[in-house]
Amino acid sequence: MIQYKGKKPSRRSFLTGAAAAGAAVAGATIARAQGTPDPAIVNMEPWAQYNGVGVDAAPYGVPSKYEADVIRRNVPWLTADAVSSVNFTPLHALDGIITPNGLCFERHHAGVAEVDPAEHRLMINGLVDRELVFTMADLLRFPRENHVYFLECAANSGMEWAGAQLNGCQFTHGMIHNVMYTGIPLRLLLAEAGIKTAGTWIMVEGADGAGMNRSIPMEKALDDCLIAFKQNGEALRPEQGYPLRLVVPGWEGNMWVKWIRRIEVGDQPWYAREETSKYTDLLANGQARSFTWVMDAKSVITNPSPQAPITHGPGPTVITGVAWSGHGTIPQVDVTIDGGITWAKARMSGPSLDKSMHRFYYEFDWDGKPLLLQSRAHDSTGYVQPTKDQLREVRGENSIYHNNGIQTWSVNEQGAAENVEIS
Amino acid sequence: MSKFLERAGTALSLTALLAAGVAFADDAAPEKAGGYGLGRVALPEEVAAWNTDVRPDGQGLPVGSGDVMTGEQIFTDNCAMCHGDFGEGAGRWPVLAGGQGSLENKDPVKTIGSYWPYLSTVFDYVNRAMPFGHSKSLQPDEVYAITAYLLYLNDLVGEDFTLSNENFTEVRLPNEANFIPDDRPTTEYPIFSADACMDNCKPTVEITMHASVLDVTPDTATAADTSGEGSVELAQATTTEPATAAEPTPAPEPVAVAAAPELIAAGEAVFRKCKTCHQVGEGAVNRVGPELNGLVGRTMGSVEGFRYSNVFTDANAAGEVWTVDALHTFLTNPRQAMAGTKMSFAGLRDPAEIDAVLAYLQSVGG
Repeated sequence: MIQYKGKKPSRRSFLTGAAAAGAAVAGATIARAQGTPDPAIVNMEPWAQYNGVGVDAAPYGVPSKYEADVIRRNVPWLTADAVSSVNFTPLHALDGIITPNGLCFERHHAGVAEVDPAEHRLMINGLVDRELVFTMADLLRFPRENHVYFLECAANSGMEWAGAQLNGCQFTHGMIHNVMYTGIPLRLLLAEAGIKTAGTWIMVEGADGAGMNRSIPMEKALDDCLIAFKQNGEALRPEQGYPLRLVVPGWEGNMWVKWIRRIEVGDQPWYAREETSKYTDLLANGQARSFTWVMDAKSVITNPSPQAPITHGPGPTVITGVAWSGHGTIPQVDVTIDGGITWAKARMSGPSLDKSMHRFYYEFDWDGKPLLLQSRAHDSTGYVQPTKDQLREVRGENSIYHNNGIQTWSVNEQGAAENVEIS
Repeated sequence: MSKFLERAGTALSLTALLAAGVAFADDAAPEKAGGYGLGRVALPEEVAAWNTDVRPDGQGLPVGSGDVMTGEQIFTDNCAMCHGDFGEGAGRWPVLAGGQGSLENKDPVKTIGSYWPYLSTVFDYVNRAMPFGHSKSLQPDEVYAITAYLLYLNDLVGEDFTLSNENFTEVRLPNEANFIPDDRPTTEYPIFSADACMDNCKPTVEITMHASVLDVTPDTATAADTSGEGSVELAQATTTEPATAAEPTPAPEPVAVAAAPELIAAGEAVFRKCKTCHQVGEGAVNRVGPELNGLVGRTMGSVEGFRYSNVFTDANAAGEVWTVDALHTFLTNPRQAMAGTKMSFAGLRDPAEIDAVLAYLQSVGG
């Protein structure tokens, strides 16, 4: 059962709250009624008078037509071809911690494989007692678990290493999603095959044209990896690996192999293309870090942000954002509105789950003056999200991957927000 | 006690409660002694069909060999349209050769020769994922030959070199020693776990860089139709303009004379060989090759925005037109018909296949 942070207002706190609100009303300026009546009230809207469509008009429901701009978006110049490319989750248009399935960012290396589940097989081979093959029907007979995890691409914010580049948290931070997975613990499937003593690594492989493959140490495989078949209660979307994907909690998204068809047990890593040529972190001295699996603590203010400016002028203003860590939970996020001179603790809201997104809010009265907004995550190990300059000092500017530096939005007097870097 | 402190106290106790681990039911899925007995034993030929991976120590290499000169031909036919004749990369496709000594530069060029640690990665990747759009179609000898050619392009072997399963592990890539294991736990975590400053953290703040200077955010970053009067101008000032670039080419009206449905269906199957590089129909845009709407009757080399090879630029200048006959000649043997074309497709030997694919192209693209 999920226990939410915060608590329902008691009668007593309701009364004290009301008293405080009463005091505030005297000082605040409530907008006076306009001279002309609001047409949204005095004119009869069609939906108030006529019947709408009946049930089954949309057997699989879709969002309101007024939400048509809440979509994944692509940055065409980033890649050579949409078939091997990425698009971005519209973080600025979401709230809470769960990403709707249709808005989870996509990253493919050979397009979306349209796998027929009746023809899908999962093979375990290599250093095992029995090399096995499972059908989807076989897999559904294993015990399952439910977990909410973030999946972040190691290249999220990768375009920002050399400086502020893209205007929108969708583009700077949108290679992430957070859903509830239903899946089989990988340790159960490996136990079924029987791991030989020398088996210290696994290689996972996808059924798509790219045959995506990655090496994973056995310790992680036996710890919390899942072979998932549902996301947020329904079947995985094709673009998320239908009918099966690997879940590697807290580790870089590239390892969460989609359309997974094979697990090989071995005694050393494979050094696949995606763990040598890609997903290694080049340092300033020409050396490169390899096997940088964990996604460190990170946060971003999603509102306001360049795609979601403040439109209401001075007065009560809600700042909100998300934070996550591959090492655990996020007990605290700090927010600054003056570019880091003064910080305040944000209010955490909603479930605080291991290796999941967390939602934070910071409410304040905006005086209409320019703002420099930042958020800073603390994770359950005591790690504090670094600034971009702190990261550059250690790594240089050519890392591409694992940029978890603090993001700055500059908000002007009109409420427009821009991606900037500050001293 | 002030109201503020009372609230702070409440927040603290809730945090403590969550830290105690009561937040989520997570009874582990049970193991079963002796296993669940699900699934079945894989046949050796089933394992062999999928178990193609290759490791740096040579485990998994198939028996075979290929030389540089053979590799050059295979590379030119299957790879050069994206990676360039010399591995230099076309457009944003990956650069495969050169870049040695550039890893400490502002813009490092990471190639097989300058960056990749192990040759086995090249073989494994080409074998599983290439050619793009038609993967797993190369024979082992072809993969050896391409790998040998890539070594040659990176000045690591001579033009007489032959790579085989016998000598594979003797080849070492120059950058192998420059990879280190993840050292963040010692180089970063201690620094980034210091107490965070909350007040008077710095005397002043200045903006040092604006994203709007670069102006590389896609035009469609926000809704074209934003409600809220004040916000539209603001948003446009920073990020949005009406989308103008990359408008898909509208498909022309279907032609009057319709081909037989069976012929069109057969042509659609043939077109699978083409569609890695070419698009047709509504919304078709240029990819590796030009879009094919209205191909029959179109002037050669006439698609706007596509970078043609010289032979097509010349044909365009001469006013040459894609007639059905010209397409037959071209598609039978592209490189013979239009010497110098970038199109590396080997050709359709069967005239019936050409008729079918032309019928399909006309049915969807006019």
